[in-house]
This record gives sequence, C-alpha cells and structure tokens, in this order.
Amino acid sequence: MTTERLSTGIRWGEVLRQSIVFIVLLALILLFATLSERFLQPRNLTNILQQNVHIIIVTIGVTLTMLVGGIDLSVGSVAALAGAVSAGLIVNNGIPFWPSVIITLAMGFVIGGVNGGLIVWGKLPPFVATLAMLGIARGLTLLYTQGRPISGMGDAYTFWGRGDVPLPLIGEVPAPIVVAIVVIIVFALLMNYTRYGLHVYAVGGNEDTARLAGIPVNRVKIITYGLSGLLAALAGMLLTARLFSAQPQTGVGLELQAIAASVLGGVSLFGGVGNVLSAVIGGLLIGVLANGMNLLRVASYQQQMIEGGVLVLAVAVDTISRRFQRQ
Amino acid sequence: METQPLLNMQGISKSFPGVKALQNVDFDVRPGEIMALVGENGAGKSTLMKILNGIYRPDDGQINWDGQTVQLNSPADSQHVGISMIHQELALVPYLDAGKNIYLGREPQLAPGIVNWRQLYADAQRNLDTLGLDVAVRTPVRLYSIAQQQMIEVAKALSMNARLIVMDEPTSSLTDREVTTLFEQMRGLRERGVAIVFISHRMDEIFDICDRVTVLRDGELVGVENIDNLTADDIIQMMVGREVGQIYERGEAVIQDKVVLEVENLSRGDLVRDVSFRLHRGEILGFAGLVGAGRTELVETIFGAATPTAGTIRLNGETVNITHPSDAIRYGIGLVPEDRKGAGLFLRMSVAANIVMSYLRDLLRFIFIDHGRAASISDRFIDELNVRTPSRQQIIGNLSGGNQQKVVIAKWLTLEPQVLILDEPTRGIDVGAKSEIYKLIHGLAASGVGVIMISSELPEVLGVADRVLVMHEGHITGEFNAQDTTQDEIMQAATGTKAKREQSA
Repeated sequence: MTTERLSTGIRWGEVLRQSIVFIVLLALILLFATLSERFLQPRNLTNILQQNVHIIIVTIGVTLTMLVGGIDLSVGSVAALAGAVSAGLIVNNGIPFWPSVIITLAMGFVIGGVNGGLIVWGKLPPFVATLAMLGIARGLTLLYTQGRPISGMGDAYTFWGRGDVPLPLIGEVPAPIVVAIVVIIVFALLMNYTRYGLHVYAVGGNEDTARLAGIPVNRVKIITYGLSGLLAALAGMLLTARLFSAQPQTGVGLELQAIAASVLGGVSLFGGVGNVLSAVIGGLLIGVLANGMNLLRVASYQQQMIEGGVLVLAVAVDTISRRFQRQ
Repeated sequence: METQPLLNMQGISKSFPGVKALQNVDFDVRPGEIMALVGENGAGKSTLMKILNGIYRPDDGQINWDGQTVQLNSPADSQHVGISMIHQELALVPYLDAGKNIYLGREPQLAPGIVNWRQLYADAQRNLDTLGLDVAVRTPVRLYSIAQQQMIEVAKALSMNARLIVMDEPTSSLTDREVTTLFEQMRGLRERGVAIVFISHRMDEIFDICDRVTVLRDGELVGVENIDNLTADDIIQMMVGREVGQIYERGEAVIQDKVVLEVENLSRGDLVRDVSFRLHRGEILGFAGLVGAGRTELVETIFGAATPTAGTIRLNGETVNITHPSDAIRYGIGLVPEDRKGAGLFLRMSVAANIVMSYLRDLLRFIFIDHGRAASISDRFIDELNVRTPSRQQIIGNLSGGNQQKVVIAKWLTLEPQVLILDEPTRGIDVGAKSEIYKLIHGLAASGVGVIMISSELPEVLGVADRVLVMHEGHITGEFNAQDTTQDEIMQAATGTKAKREQSA
C-alpha cells in the first residue's frame, strides 16, 4: 500500500478540534478572573458548578441522541415533569424518597423510550417526535401540578440540591456536584468501553453499515432516547431539590442550552462525531459565561446576545479547523 | 485446473413484477480463482449477486457451496458460510477507526457488553498485517484513501474467514496506481485459495486480473470462458449481442473551420497542468484517461466551478474571464456533470421544472412564471429528445437514468449553448438509451455546437468523438484522430507510458 499521509503521528487539526472548547473555557476563566476579583473565589466556583449541574446532566443525554444521529428537544419538559412527579409522589402520595426517585427515573426512561419508538417504528424524524414530546410533557406537568408549585418534599430530597457530602481526602462537596461527577464518569465509561457505546457511534456514523454489521439499530436508538429521558428526569429532580420546590415552568429552553453545549463541545449535529467529556465542558462553558456576565452586571438582554455570539464563534472556529485539517 | 467449484449456482431464475431479471442462469467459481462477471446494466449481475448475498431469494434454482446445497436467506447466512461482499459504495463508518470497523457488530468481549479493546485491536492488526497494509488500527478510516478503505474492507472480509469475496466495481473510483495495488492484493488472495468475483466494465482490467469470464445479457447466461480464449471485442460482443460498431452510428463529420473555444496553458494546481486545446464548432472532442487523470477538474475549471492557477480561455477568439459557473452560462458554455443525480437534477421536481430551471429568467412576466410557455417549451424538448415520461409533470427521480440524462441535456439546450461539456454522459445508462444519447450528441454537433465529451469507456470515446485528447496526471499526453487510432494507443497515453517514451527519445 502506498504510504499515505497521517497513518501515524499526531493529527494537529484533530487535536485543535478536540481541545477548542477547553481553550475557549480557559480563556473565558482568565478573562473573568481579570475583570472581577470575586470570580475565582471558591464560593463562586462552587456556585457555578452547583447552578449548572442540571444543564451538564441534560447535555450528556442530548449528546447521546446527537451521536446516534438524532436530537432530543423534550428534555426541558421531561425535567419539569420529573421534578413535579417526584415531589408529588412524596408530598401527595406519601411515598418515601428513594422509591419516588426510582419511579421518576423509570418514568424518564420510558418517556425517552417512547420518543425512540416514535422515531424507530413511527418513522418520525427525531426533531418532530421530540418536539411533540416537548409539548406533551409540559402539558402533563401543568395538568399534574394544576399549574401550581409543589413544595415540602422534606430534607432527604432537598439535601441533593443544597447539602454537602463528606468525601474522604477531599472534604465536603456539594451533593449535586457529586451526582454530576458520578454521572459523567458512568457515561464516559459507557461510551468508551462498552459495546453499546461503540454501536451508538456506528449507528450515527453510517446507519446502513451498522445494520449490515448486524447491530440492532432500533434497540440502540430506543435505549439512547431512553437514557436521555432518564438523565433529563435526574436533572429535573436535582433542580427541584435546589429550588426547594417543583415549578411547573422550570426547564423551559433547557434543551436549547444542552444542544448549544453539545455543539460547543464539538458534537456533530449529523451524528457519529463527538464525545461526552467535551460536551460536559461545553455545558460548563455556558455556565461560566452566564456567571461571569452576572458578576460583571451585564444585563440579561445582552447576555443572550453574547451567548449566541460565542456559539457562532466556536462553531466557526471548528468549521475552519476542519477545513485546515482536510488540506 | 479442474478443481471442484467452491460455489455452484444452478438454474437460477428470479422475476420482479413485470421483469424477468434472471432466467436459468448457472454460475460457478473455483477456489483460488478470479471470476469476472460482466454484462450491461440490467443484465442481471447485481440481482445474481444479491441472491448470493442472501438479499433476494431465487424463484428457482439451487446454490451449492463447497459441494452442499445451501439456503441463503439473509446477508448473515451468506457471511456465515464465508461469502463477503464489497459494495461499490463503501460500507465503513467513516469516523470510526479501522479496528472498530473491522470488528463492528462482532466485538470481542471481556464481560457481557464490555468490549475487549486490546484483543480487538490486536486481531485487527493481524488481519491488516496479513494483507501487508500500512494502515493504523486506531486511525479513523475517513483519513485513508478510497483504495485503502477498500483494503480495510478486504481485511474485514478476511476476519470473517471469507472464502469468496465479491467485489462490485471496486476500481471505479481508484487512481491508476491504486488499481495496481488492489490487483497485487487480489493476486495474493488468489494464491491463498480465496475465490473472487470481480465485477467491472473495464476490459483492460478484466484481462489483467481475471482467470475466467461469465457474461450475462438480459438476465440470461451468454457464456463462461477462460480469459485466454477471448479478446475484448469477443466479450463486448457477447455483452451487447451485436457488433460493437452498431452502437455508435457515426454520421458525417460536421466540423466547421471556426474555433469556438480555445484553452491555453490552463493549470489548476497539481490537478490540471498546462493544458491547451482548441474546439471547433460542430466538433466532438473526446477526453480519455483514467479516473483521477484531471479531466473532470479541467472541465470544472473551464466552467468556472474552480479557479485556475494559470492560463487563458478564449471564446470565439476573445479572451473571457470565467470566475463562476454563471459566467460560463452567460458565455454559452454548458456542463452536464458526472454526478447526474447530485449535481445535474432536482430529483424531486417535475420533468418540466428541470427543463426550464435555467431558462426561468426568460419565462418571467413581471415576477410571475409564464407557465403556459414553460409547458410548451418542456413539451417541445420532451418530444425532440424523445424523453420517455408519462407527462411533463412526472417527478424526474422516477425516470430511468437515460431519460434523466436527456432532461439534463434539454436543460442546457434551452439556453442554446455554443459549447456543451458532457462528463461521463452515459455512466449508469443501459445500452439502448446510450445510443440515443450518442445520436443526441451528434445532432448537437450538426447544429454547430462544440461538444466536449469525457468518457472512461474507450470504445465510447472512439465511437463517438471526432478527435480524442488523452490526459494523465493533469497533463495532456496524447492527441488522436478517433478514426485512425486504437484503444491500445490511447491506453498507453492514459497510463503515461507513451509520454515517457517521447520524453526519453
């Protein structure tokens, strides 16, 4: 075989692409650290993490659906429904905390699985199926709560929003951050070491090939949407725990933040390309940006514009680096 | 070498509604042999191979594998007995690395669901090593050339212990050098007793690599022969069922004195190097060469779809500056692209819409399209070009390749071009429609249009063009009068052997 370019050695274009989100994050941190002395204080840093745990967790699920070649727009509504249902089970039905959590997670998985079923068997485009679920789940939330917040879930519940977990060697770590780290590790391992993870990349990369290779494409897709629903439910409960109450209008627009985070992290909208860790950093980036702008007292109208601008910039850099890589 | 056949398909018949795709076809392949399977499009090659791959089930006939009758009901069945198919469109996941691609769906596992990556990569490496490939197991396959990706597919086939590998036009997108490498690998496989079915339209390749030939025509077996007993003309005659000359009915040459297009020292990086030629009104200028020789790149540059790095283009003696296809169209240059479905047509729109698409500006009344005139223009071209369609409202994607191509040509004719460039105009078109396209080309020339035709099929270039230019690695390496040259002469120029000889002389 003729020796072609790049068969070994470092592919700089690829390295740049993979690390661009990290570089942008570091640049932002530097910028905010210079502009505001409060930014680097441990309490603020913990705040950033704590306030963005739900975005990061939802981003992982959305990343999975994007990797498999689809999208999940229903996560914000599913998160709200999960918050309401978990709180309602405890407050209205007197079901203990852990069983409520498990029921809610199962509900999230089933809702996601329904998305998957609509896509796989109903042949609906993922965008349409999950857009419909966005509406349905939000409606169910309003119906279940009668449009009113639910509170009084008790300490076992709110601990996961505001409590601290004593960890050996490290000390006290806010509980939601511990949850997020566990989720990140589990999903990074899932995507990198298991057959399921490889099959997600294969289905998203070339569905026909995956089918010819004997991969159960439908099952992979349904599980993937199921996991996205499960993670959305988890995020919804963490958000509810932090706010001490389940708000029926919570999580509106969360899906867009998650998609933005995934795209910032280099996940392709066309499937098969990207990884969970970069997407998580993309989620952090959005959190850091919001926090820094708050500290600098940027008005919320401008904040949205700046967030949009950063998204355009990051994706433009990505596109250009890809072109550079091809040459 | 009268060995027991590895595969023996007997009396295979298959019908689809309205079509008898295969009638009583026998097909056998011995271990360690490369069998060419040839025939025009629609002759039944792909149906036969789909039966072998378990995608279709034959209506009649039986398949014997290694002396035993087998039922192949799915691709999995066929893989299981040891048959591997390498499709024309590569079946690799581009962003996954070679190792993952080779073992996709068959990953070795440490525990249920957990992939044993170490073993996967070691096994993949061993499979690549057997073929002597310089491919890194952990590099995404999209970074390799198409030829290397094909070899990764071969490695994948071997990892499944394939004893018969079907290669469907594997050379269609390879460069000259890559074909040589592929053939070396194929010979290596043959020595190890692997049987190969090689589907190709290129006679030179069939004579280069194959041991025997099976020829199909209209779903029937025409013959099976040792390659040594045949000439290329014999095979073509078996394929088309008539003398070759008859397909290319050449009228009187209608070349006028006036030069319509003159290209001087045109270059585009390494792809097109210092190309000069003249095209007369009424002339059909053929461009021959191997895939990747720079012919498509040349006409793209002339058409303004790519920017030249040097050179001038003159139209009717005047230097023109073409920086965008719209410039070329304004000057009366049309391009019928190689990729008909991707670049030539709006597949989901009607025949009429496709015909008038470039002519819309002249059909406007104020800002509205004059549908009445659009309809009459469409009908006129449908009639003149003999486009077989139920109506002008038919969605063009539903027409056959030949009729689609006529519509692409009609679209250009609405603009009354001075120069029409056709890039592989008969690719994927069956013999009957081919000869209609040829008539159309001759008709254009007769009306004074200068025609440039790129074709990788030598008989076609020789049969249709008045003059043939041959390209190799971006250069023009030969110019021939189509009437008094041979395929051999053109092939020498196309492979660069002749050019080298001239240089050393």
